[in-house]
Amino acid sequence: MSARLQKGGRLINRSARMEFTFNGKKLSGLAGDTLASALLANDQLLVGRSFKYHRPRGIMASGPEEPNALVALGEGARFEPNQRVTTTELFDGLTSASQNHWPSLEFDIGAVNNKLARFLPAGFYYKTFIHPRSAWKHLFEPIIRRSAGLGKPPEEADADRYEYTYGHADILIAGGGIAGLQAALVAGASGAKVLLLEQTAHWGGRAPVDGDIIDGKPAEAWIAQALQTLGSMANVSFRARTMVSGVYDHGYVLAEERIADHTPGDGRPRKRLWRIRATKVIAATGALERPLSFAGNDIPGVMLASATRDYAVNFAVSPGERTVVVTNNDDAYRTAITLKEAGLEVTVVDARASTSGELPSRARAMGIRIETGRGIVKVKGGKRVTGVAIGLQAGEGGAVEEIACDAVAMSGGWSPVVHLWSHCGGKLIWDEARALFRPDATRPPLGEDGTAMVYPAGAANGALAAAEALSDAAAQAALAVEATGHKTGAAATASADVVEEGAMLPVWIMPASAGIDLKSKMWLDFQNDVKVSDVQLAAREGYVSVEHTKRYTTLGMATDQGKLSNINGLAVLADALGEQIPRVGTTTFRPPYAPVTIGALTGEARGNIFQPLRKTPMHDWHLAHGAYMEPVGLWQRPYTYPRAGETHDQAVNREVLNTRERLGLLDASTLGKILVKGPDAGKFLDMLYTNVMSNLGIGKCRYGLMCNEQGFLSDDGVVIRIAEDTWLCHTTSGGADRIHGWMEDWLQCEWWDWQVYTANLTEQYGQIAVVGPNARKLLEKLGGMDVSKEAIPFMTFKDGELAGFPVRVHRISFSGELSYEIAVPASHALAFWELLYAEGQALGLQTYGTEGLHVLRAEKGFIMIGDETDGTVIPQDLNLDWAISKKKEDFLGKRGQQRTFLAAKDRWKLVGFESLDGSVIPDGAYVIAAGTNEYGFRNSQGRITSTYHSPTLKRGIAMGLLKDGPARMGEVVEFTAMTGGVSVAAKVVDPVFYDKEGEKQNV
Amino acid sequence: MLILECPCCGVKAEETELAPGGEAHLKRFGPGSSDAEFETYMFARKNPKGVHFERWRHAYGCGKWFLAARDTATLEVFGTYPAQTTEPPAELIAKIQAKRPGWKGWK
Amino acid sequence: MSDPVSALQGAVAQGFARVEEIGPLGMITLRAKPGTEGLEAAIKAATGCDLPGARKITHQGAKSCGWMSNDEFLLVLPYADVAKALGAIAAALEGAHHLAVDVSDARAVFRVTGPEADQVLRKLTPADLDKVEADEIRRSRFAQVAAAFWPADGGYTLVCFRSVAGYVMGLLTHAAQSGSEI
Repeated sequence: MSARLQKGGRLINRSARMEFTFNGKKLSGLAGDTLASALLANDQLLVGRSFKYHRPRGIMASGPEEPNALVALGEGARFEPNQRVTTTELFDGLTSASQNHWPSLEFDIGAVNNKLARFLPAGFYYKTFIHPRSAWKHLFEPIIRRSAGLGKPPEEADADRYEYTYGHADILIAGGGIAGLQAALVAGASGAKVLLLEQTAHWGGRAPVDGDIIDGKPAEAWIAQALQTLGSMANVSFRARTMVSGVYDHGYVLAEERIADHTPGDGRPRKRLWRIRATKVIAATGALERPLSFAGNDIPGVMLASATRDYAVNFAVSPGERTVVVTNNDDAYRTAITLKEAGLEVTVVDARASTSGELPSRARAMGIRIETGRGIVKVKGGKRVTGVAIGLQAGEGGAVEEIACDAVAMSGGWSPVVHLWSHCGGKLIWDEARALFRPDATRPPLGEDGTAMVYPAGAANGALAAAEALSDAAAQAALAVEATGHKTGAAATASADVVEEGAMLPVWIMPASAGIDLKSKMWLDFQNDVKVSDVQLAAREGYVSVEHTKRYTTLGMATDQGKLSNINGLAVLADALGEQIPRVGTTTFRPPYAPVTIGALTGEARGNIFQPLRKTPMHDWHLAHGAYMEPVGLWQRPYTYPRAGETHDQAVNREVLNTRERLGLLDASTLGKILVKGPDAGKFLDMLYTNVMSNLGIGKCRYGLMCNEQGFLSDDGVVIRIAEDTWLCHTTSGGADRIHGWMEDWLQCEWWDWQVYTANLTEQYGQIAVVGPNARKLLEKLGGMDVSKEAIPFMTFKDGELAGFPVRVHRISFSGELSYEIAVPASHALAFWELLYAEGQALGLQTYGTEGLHVLRAEKGFIMIGDETDGTVIPQDLNLDWAISKKKEDFLGKRGQQRTFLAAKDRWKLVGFESLDGSVIPDGAYVIAAGTNEYGFRNSQGRITSTYHSPTLKRGIAMGLLKDGPARMGEVVEFTAMTGGVSVAAKVVDPVFYDKEGEKQNV
Repeated sequence: MLILECPCCGVKAEETELAPGGEAHLKRFGPGSSDAEFETYMFARKNPKGVHFERWRHAYGCGKWFLAARDTATLEVFGTYPAQTTEPPAELIAKIQAKRPGWKGWK
Repeated sequence: MSDPVSALQGAVAQGFARVEEIGPLGMITLRAKPGTEGLEAAIKAATGCDLPGARKITHQGAKSCGWMSNDEFLLVLPYADVAKALGAIAAALEGAHHLAVDVSDARAVFRVTGPEADQVLRKLTPADLDKVEADEIRRSRFAQVAAAFWPADGGYTLVCFRSVAGYVMGLLTHAAQSGSEI
């Protein structure tokens, strides 16, 4: 059984107990534990079930490479699935539960898949769930969905908060092991701005566990001293619990800081996403141990040798009382020695024919039994290891002996963590002697200046032993320093005692000539249940590319992204294909290195700061007066102001009628307002608008259209001329920023010699529309300026004062009523609005919203950008030829509109529609034409662009585009019904439904 | 995520502070141009693997458009320069030629 | 006429730094190219400030002049002084191509103060604060909106569009929460 040892444990505090639960079971651990070490200390070997076969799975590793031990952490608003117990720091009150099993972890019905494993080979899903097609939706998918998937999504909103921080560094160092620390010492001494990040809570990496001696001192002492030195450097900052998750273009680096994962609810943000710009990145990310592929290597109790050592040294936890260490290299002997020193039983099974290094000698001297030339034939046990059968590594699987044990520690050698090197395209080379891929210094990922962006250091660069890791890190850091333009300072390179190690023997299958019965129990990918036999089957079926094999077998596609399985898998594939490993190559490494919480990626963007909501000066007033708001771009605008008991439709009808009959008040502040000034401003506007603006009289207003270069209508609005060289262009609410950018684009990039300046004044003014027969009376009541028809005729404006407010009064109308649009400085707009509202009550004033505005304009046949236009409509389609100058040689869009298909006679053109039964034609409905098209769909000849109930006319009205429409007045056409029901018949009419002569607005 | 130095204000802006504007050095064809010329202006765009000239706007900064030359494959930036020009500066062309001997030129 | 009101009417949040919406504050956008005859005089007359170099901001008492672009300046002054300043600019730049316009009401202005005020900004803008000099105005992005800021007595002054004042206040308040010091 696994248990806490009586002595040792460099990271735990035996006097601080912490209570936690696993599947409801109350357990206790110690401060400093990870959830993994605490579970092991409680002999909780079984922690989950595998993805496909639901096989019992235990803890295999001690870091982010862990494939099996994923649990659901927390409850309610702090519930989070798929958390690795190996990277979860224990805290008092932690709750955890296993995943991917039903009904219970101990007894899982899905494990029947395990018995059927020979019927569930690689590509099983692809091969099986194809025919009949109908079965997919109703039979296969529901079953697969129920049994597949990892963990459950949280059901409550996250109780925690998250944030970003932007970091900037000359040199970013990922990894706080001895290589990272050495690199930081070198980089720090150069004066460069250095940021050192370590994913765990502890510095120094594996060195203290491995018992390295650095500069004559135990590693721990050297690490403490290095941190002290770095702490004294103002140009160096370092941060633990911060995992670099990805390196992106031009030195952009993302890192996730776990601030309060282990102290939930303490008021701090839970996580912080660092968005870092680094001139150079040093990847001191270490190496990961590889498993060995022997039958039963997934049974709980089988663990990486390095993890076994980590648990013993760091947490004083032994995964078993009797451990078999199985290895192809010397490093695993450190584990054997550690266990022996802790008073535990240990046997070493070494695949190599003989040993030569210091460590095996030391182990042998300690009395540890060592079996060379042997491998594990098979692990015995179900939910935990009970023993191993061993045999000749060179054999076919004949067992020569069974050794009773309750733990297996395996080591297949080490793989440098090359992810950060590879994210931006750094290439790898195969190091034959060490049987590992390491960064190829001649093909680095490149930065903005075309030089190397990432420098691998230490074990990540293939320099596995402490001594070589330190010198490599110092050398790589010096290169990075020089590349940033700094000079290397006086930083000493530490030296570690050299431990002579014998050569490792690449072992990809154990035993080497194992038959299919064993190979179908050798796991490569533990989380996704991919075995040696699956990869070999894929090769036999013709998969020669490692990328294809990955997807076919799902090797390396689980949430651990194949950190343990990739090299073993591709070695097996290479062997099956009769290829060399480097010729098969690796799959692509993509960020993130390990999963990042979505909350961290979201940062602050939640709740009321999810996205910017633009508010007019009257926003709060609208809310206080019951407005139902709708988004218009990022603006929030009142849709309508329903009264008690009113539906939105009823409220809109009331608002429209009241505006037509008495007086309406509209917040039109969102309207774009762009000032255009300069000697060439008139010439510029003549290019921008389809009609002429240069001849507009001062004090006058003119409606104008803007097209893109293809000739399609892009925006419209009223232009006013303020002075000889000054115009103010009103744009649509959603178009202000876009049109301002459009103007600047032409002024900066095409006509840069024209003397024109623009300024976006959209938010300088509140704009208020006073609309209806009583509009003039209200303004006269306020007093201050003459607002008579004579003083301010239709389509003119005047600057003045109303009730002491500085205003610009425009006589323009988007409703067909007598209408004043009044601009007032935004900081006075609310007060002016409130005054209008109060003074208007006696005149029957009611506010109206955007939907009322739409109905009013549709009754008048006024187009709306985005309704009547969709990027394929030219002004001519909307019968706006009157607003297109024939005289001007050029304007933006003119050439585009001359293309034959736009000049064709039979284009769909704007008309009005009146349903015969008075109903509202469904929005988006098409006008049906005879016959079907090449896809068998009904032909169409037009469509609805705006459709409303008109309270004024008490019937449905619509605008739309109809093939050759204006020539077809009076014709009855048929519309599709969006619901698939009865179609609607409607008469083609003039789109101006109300006050065709325009008498009401011009009074 | 790219960083480009704005030639107007000198800020080394990152991509989130910039707005892309497509290919640089297009010649506008208006009324009177042939269909082929207009098609070229409107639709024909280079898509090289290698040296490319682009329009960018320092949208969250000084608001100015500028032009940039970069390698679309390696993302190496050769240089940025003001938009008020019809062709890349000679020294930039020389720099690119030195770095990419086989380069066929910007046109 | 009413008294002018700023977008958030002086909202305040206190975390590890203090966030305060200030204003109304007078602001003028002045567009003219350096070298335009009368430009230096116009800025001097309106604010008393010197013509700032690229990315710099000059101050004179409570008035400032920030370089926004190679043909644009932001003049900051008391709200009540704007009309007079516009008159002075018009006089100084008479006959020269320029644009000067009151944008006081189109903006919201914040002060972020305290010894760790910089940290509030570091969470929101990709601009490198360590490279922003004491006499510099930096235009950049704050989360999802544009803003300009400059260092000023014990913190920073930050200007954004008025319509997003609530959003920016929300951002600054979130970033300044106690316990979230970097």
